[in-house]
Amino acid sequence: MDRKDFIRASGLGLGACFLGNISTFAKVIEPEEALRKIDASKKKELADVALNEAKRQGGSYADVRIGRYLNQSIATREKRVQSMASTESYGIGIRVIADGCWGFAATDVMSKESIASTTALAIAIAKGNARFLKEPVQLAPQKGLGEQSWNTPIEKNPFAISVGEKVDLLLSANAAALDNGASFVNSNLFMINEQKYFASTDGSYIDQDIHRIWPNFTVTGIDRSSGKFETRDSLSAPMGMGYEYLSAGQPYTIDGVNLKLFKNRYDMVLDAKEAAKHVQEKISAKSITPGKYDLVLDPSNLGLTIHESTGHSTELDRVLGYEANYAGTSFLTLDKWKSGNFNFGSDLVNIVADRKQKGSLGAIGFDDEGVPSQQWDIISKGILVNYQTIRDQAHILGLKASQGCCYADSWDNIQFQRMPNVSLQANSQKRPVAALIKDVEKGIYILGRGSYSIDQQRYNFQFGGQLYYEISQGKIVGMLKDVAYQSNTQEFWNSMADVADKEDYRLFGTFFDGKGQPSQVSAVSHGSATARFNGVNVINTARNIG
Amino acid sequence: MAILTKEEAQSILKKVIGFSTADECIATLGGSEEGNIRYAGNAVSTAGAASTMSLGVSAVYGKKVGTATVNEFDDESLKKVVQRAEELAKLAPENPEYMPVLEPQTYDESPTFVEATASIDPMKRADMVGKSIAISKQQGLESAGFLNNNTGFRAMMNSKGLYAYNKSTNVSFSITIRNQEGTGSGYVSNSFNDVNKLDTGALSSVAAFKAKNSAGARAIEPGKYTVILEPLAASDLVSWILRGFDARSADEGRSFMSKKGGGTRLGEQLFDERITIYSDPTNPDLPSATWDGDGLPLKKTTWVEKGIVKNLAYSRYWAAQKGVQPLSSGGGGRGFGGGGGMVIQGGNSSLEDMIKSTERGILVTRFWYIRSVDPQSLLLTGLTRDGTFYIENGEIKFPIKNFRFNESPIIMLNNVEDLGKSERSGSIMIPPMKIRDFTFTSLSDAI
Repeated sequence: MDRKDFIRASGLGLGACFLGNISTFAKVIEPEEALRKIDASKKKELADVALNEAKRQGGSYADVRIGRYLNQSIATREKRVQSMASTESYGIGIRVIADGCWGFAATDVMSKESIASTTALAIAIAKGNARFLKEPVQLAPQKGLGEQSWNTPIEKNPFAISVGEKVDLLLSANAAALDNGASFVNSNLFMINEQKYFASTDGSYIDQDIHRIWPNFTVTGIDRSSGKFETRDSLSAPMGMGYEYLSAGQPYTIDGVNLKLFKNRYDMVLDAKEAAKHVQEKISAKSITPGKYDLVLDPSNLGLTIHESTGHSTELDRVLGYEANYAGTSFLTLDKWKSGNFNFGSDLVNIVADRKQKGSLGAIGFDDEGVPSQQWDIISKGILVNYQTIRDQAHILGLKASQGCCYADSWDNIQFQRMPNVSLQANSQKRPVAALIKDVEKGIYILGRGSYSIDQQRYNFQFGGQLYYEISQGKIVGMLKDVAYQSNTQEFWNSMADVADKEDYRLFGTFFDGKGQPSQVSAVSHGSATARFNGVNVINTARNIG
Repeated sequence: MAILTKEEAQSILKKVIGFSTADECIATLGGSEEGNIRYAGNAVSTAGAASTMSLGVSAVYGKKVGTATVNEFDDESLKKVVQRAEELAKLAPENPEYMPVLEPQTYDESPTFVEATASIDPMKRADMVGKSIAISKQQGLESAGFLNNNTGFRAMMNSKGLYAYNKSTNVSFSITIRNQEGTGSGYVSNSFNDVNKLDTGALSSVAAFKAKNSAGARAIEPGKYTVILEPLAASDLVSWILRGFDARSADEGRSFMSKKGGGTRLGEQLFDERITIYSDPTNPDLPSATWDGDGLPLKKTTWVEKGIVKNLAYSRYWAAQKGVQPLSSGGGGRGFGGGGGMVIQGGNSSLEDMIKSTERGILVTRFWYIRSVDPQSLLLTGLTRDGTFYIENGEIKFPIKNFRFNESPIIMLNNVEDLGKSERSGSIMIPPMKIRDFTFTSLSDAI
């Protein structure tokens, strides 16, 4: 067995240090084990144990999630692999309603006895907590769907690709960066496969196989003489795709813009090479003069602004105060929605929630309450028209059904309301990015995900990026640095004056969006085309610490 | 059975090491028992409990390492996990940064485990949360909070006979109380090894006081202000500095601890001379394990003395490269990740003294959504939250709207006016701080 075979066979880290990074319950496995599937009929048998026990003990509703969560991650720096791990977490989470109250318990011991006693514990917790209720849980109806299945439509299963091939890709990207003048480079590849089975007393038995992938790197350039350093992160997006995302296709280019961008395929080696050049350019780039600028935001930058200002502010659990002690509440209170005329943004602003979008991180067949995936408007022509709901919230908005936004990041965590893909619609008229830039007299073109911060009610935000270019009289004239834009959500979206057409539409994604206590992560995409925002406040972020 | 005694853990690890035929072998065993309650709108929303235990084995041939894990502990399972690690090690590529295992070490004792915390049951949690909810209800306010307690143990043994063990407890509590109108908000959080130090009622009263008194906030102009940072607010920012004490990043030129022209800022006066920062795993108010993940003993270490950088953290590999002694980061394996385990030495002033001596300034309860803007200067951005007040002529005058700040904690610790008494805030000890010329860049309407 040669070295590559070893890597394929083991998928393990090169030292004990990574053990500390494996989450509770996860165990290290061989990559081949990831390809093994548990038969749906076996899962149905186990699920029925819990559903029957819940009913026997007086539960008015129960659902069961049997989850096998597979993660593989590889981290490298320069010419060396720092860590590799393939992990599996397998268990069952049982949620019940008894005496009108939710109860939840989970176990990784998958015997029928264990599942029955865990169900009994969930019932006991529900009954114990019922005295704290203000009103009983009201579930929006969801008819039983019988036996269903759904898979992320991947072309190449990342877990079937040898670890050696993946390591080679990362080290090739590192080499491309180093060969082009980078001082350091760190690169990573994350792959996730959620094999999850949902069953409920409504009569649904749903088997899903969901894949996500995220290649990324940070290239660092050091200028020893000045003691300065600059970094440039990858312009990839985490995607709801298979390994085909990493098969190098043609980069996406924009007329008049000398950059290699990416759409549905990501060329990591090419991007690393470009990044090495960018860090050197950044070191000597012009520092921004603070003031008001028209911003032209690439989807790789605008995605996070959409996420923070639009995605989180329209989560109904935040609006209702359930996240008050952690993530916060929302300025988009119910009265603003009820008025039917709350002016969130300019009439170009159409924001859509979507759990079906192909290639997105949030694409599923059914959510973690067995509700089919769907699409709906959140902001329509600048007006707030809807939120994101789950079954026990739908009645608050007068909805007859849940919008399918329920998710748990593991079998041992309780499912709750999480963000679907929330995206800005492209211009329905033909509008190339080049034409959009041409109209800007004094502006900044911003690409990539940078520093980000927003208040707990989602009014005031500040975002950076990876690349900043000065636009003067309709032309890109050079690179800038030390840029961050500050605005207020409503003011910002009302300043949106232009948006490119669907030819430019791309997905941005975030892999580890945190919410809840204990904290859970979720992955979500945000699509948009390049858009223009007029007169946004830009600050200079350079400081001298002596 | 997730929490083993020193002897029980040793007996399992001895068997594991005994099964190994590799050049070197390292076995780690850890377990935890955890319980929590979450509430919102004065009512419990979720409650949960979990326990787990797992064993990791790293077998080493030369510089080739293989690792395997298991969560079953019968002899057959232990043999299998060792064999698996050895098979993997034989096939592994060399790790050029591998360091041989340590000889046996001696470790100090630290009071990390408190029986009262370990014996918290669901009823005790419910009682503690009940006290908090009652205060909120009595005052016509809305509470949302989270209480979490944990008992854990960690043990490691290597083939040279090194054995290290630690058992610890922790209880964490945080609460946000808001008024019914949503115009005022207060927050308190803390964590302790000893549950007897946690008074959920008293902390909830502070949050309730702030919820009521922060209502009706007025807008004042952003700009540079003298600020008085409560310990929570100070720790929110200062903990970022401690992540920069890694010698390797400094030597590589990619940290604010890097020096122009190469080298590090070790020995430089980087902060005001009133700033002294140390870690001490045996500190009774902030105890932690006295050994790190490699089995290196952790002792009291001064990182900054009178504003001068006295030590940087060296991994065993990087220390060997640089010809210095390894020095583990952080206190008791808390690491520098969140700046945990650090003691920032205080002064003698009380918070009241600081307010009295302030002609014009701002009192900050906490900061929120803090992110690095520029790692070179450690410029951070974020916002004030849950109680921000205007001070004039030595008195708190009125609540003010929240601000966004853009400030470097390095600059901030050069602008020290006064320090209060150091107290535990989460996983560090820190005093309230009075700082001049703190930069607020915009207003937020968030409450």
